[in-house]
Amino acid sequence: MGDSAYSFSLTTFSRTGKLLQIEYALNAVANGRTALGIAAVDGVVIATDKKFGSPLVEGIGVRKVEKITDGSGFVYAGVGPDYRVLESVCTVNFYSHAQYYFCPHTPTTLVRKARKEAQSYYREYRETKPVGQLVKSTASVMQEYTQSGGVRPFGVSLLVAGMDGDGVPRLFQVDPSGAYFGWKATAIGKGYVNANNFLEKRYQDDMELEDAIHTALLTLREGFEGEMNGHNIEVGVVSKADGKFRLLTPEQIQDYLDEAN
Amino acid sequence: MSILAYNGAAIIGMSGKDCVGIASDNRLGIQYETVAMDFKKVFKMNDRLFVGLAGLATDVQTLDQLLRFRMNLYELREERTMSPQVFTNLLSNMLYEKRFGPYFCEPVIAGLDEKGQPHLSTMDLIGAISSAKDFVVAGTCEGNLYGMCETLYKPDMDQETLFETLAQALLASVDRDALSGWGGVVHIITKDGVISRELKGRQD
Repeated sequence: MGDSAYSFSLTTFSRTGKLLQIEYALNAVANGRTALGIAAVDGVVIATDKKFGSPLVEGIGVRKVEKITDGSGFVYAGVGPDYRVLESVCTVNFYSHAQYYFCPHTPTTLVRKARKEAQSYYREYRETKPVGQLVKSTASVMQEYTQSGGVRPFGVSLLVAGMDGDGVPRLFQVDPSGAYFGWKATAIGKGYVNANNFLEKRYQDDMELEDAIHTALLTLREGFEGEMNGHNIEVGVVSKADGKFRLLTPEQIQDYLDEAN
Repeated sequence: MSILAYNGAAIIGMSGKDCVGIASDNRLGIQYETVAMDFKKVFKMNDRLFVGLAGLATDVQTLDQLLRFRMNLYELREERTMSPQVFTNLLSNMLYEKRFGPYFCEPVIAGLDEKGQPHLSTMDLIGAISSAKDFVVAGTCEGNLYGMCETLYKPDMDQETLFETLAQALLASVDRDALSGWGGVVHIITKDGVISRELKGRQD
């Protein structure tokens, strides 16, 4: 490979100056389950719908919100396996080899890469990789996949939640093109337009984390088919108090849902 | 003779109250023959961070260039200055990367951290870090420097007292070391800026 006639980049400019493969990738994202995030004054919340196509699916072990460093996490909308590859860009060392080969949900791509890069950053500087750097390096990986031979762009957009070096809670979106944006609140995936409208109405500058979690669940419910419960959504939270990223357990999610009722 | 002692050096890092100082001699020699009396061994990395490099002169200069290179890239990429802790770990890694063909340098790192508190550390030529609250020393004059620092150091010195202590400790130590001396330089790092003073010292 490398110099064969078929190894050219699939992402080629059309005559109108568009990169159609990237637009198709964005379509794949828009077909994915909704994910959203809100940055509050004292933390960030990211959440996603994780409804399955069939009631027979065994949901245990399916993870969409993933911790990348102690203080930051990802959620995605789009093609699941592509996301896990990204994870691998970030996290490989978290998984022993046995798990790597036998766990069907081992992060393999974006998440894996992001985790690995974060660990080598820590290895070099003995300091956790700031979320801004995490976003930059993940975006570079995604950009590389729009220009390299023999690959296609990632079919995912990411929401990245974390705390910056100066202790300010931050929320970023990274797109298949490698473009990234900072947000106060945003949504990606199916129904993102409605969700964004909803967030625009509900977002307040002085919002606290608890309000943000409720608003996130409320927004998610707007586009949710059926009844939400602790098992068919996922929520990740970074709080300024300890600067740590954590996944809410189904019980904790259920409590928040009950509070809203 | 150890290659670390080929050119000669005396370097001290010392903490004060909300300030930290670093001092070095000026000599460059080839064994016992003095070649220059204006050799730079302490380098400013940013407004709150200095590194002193004791050891083989060629490696001192190369390491300074490499460190500057890494610092500039870091500051451009991260849009912030490097903290002394991060700098120490970076340098330690750079040295250990050359574990089996090392740079013959023992660094002294003196700086103020994000909270404005003193940070002092040193390491051996392959990057084993040791940090101290009071003072760190390096160079051919190490033994003498320890003696003087242990005698003169007091906790929570203000910047003027810290300067005086560093200057006296350095000048007294190099007078009993043939491989270092010929004047020196003292930098006092405070949150409001750096005070640098040249020391004349004995020229024989």
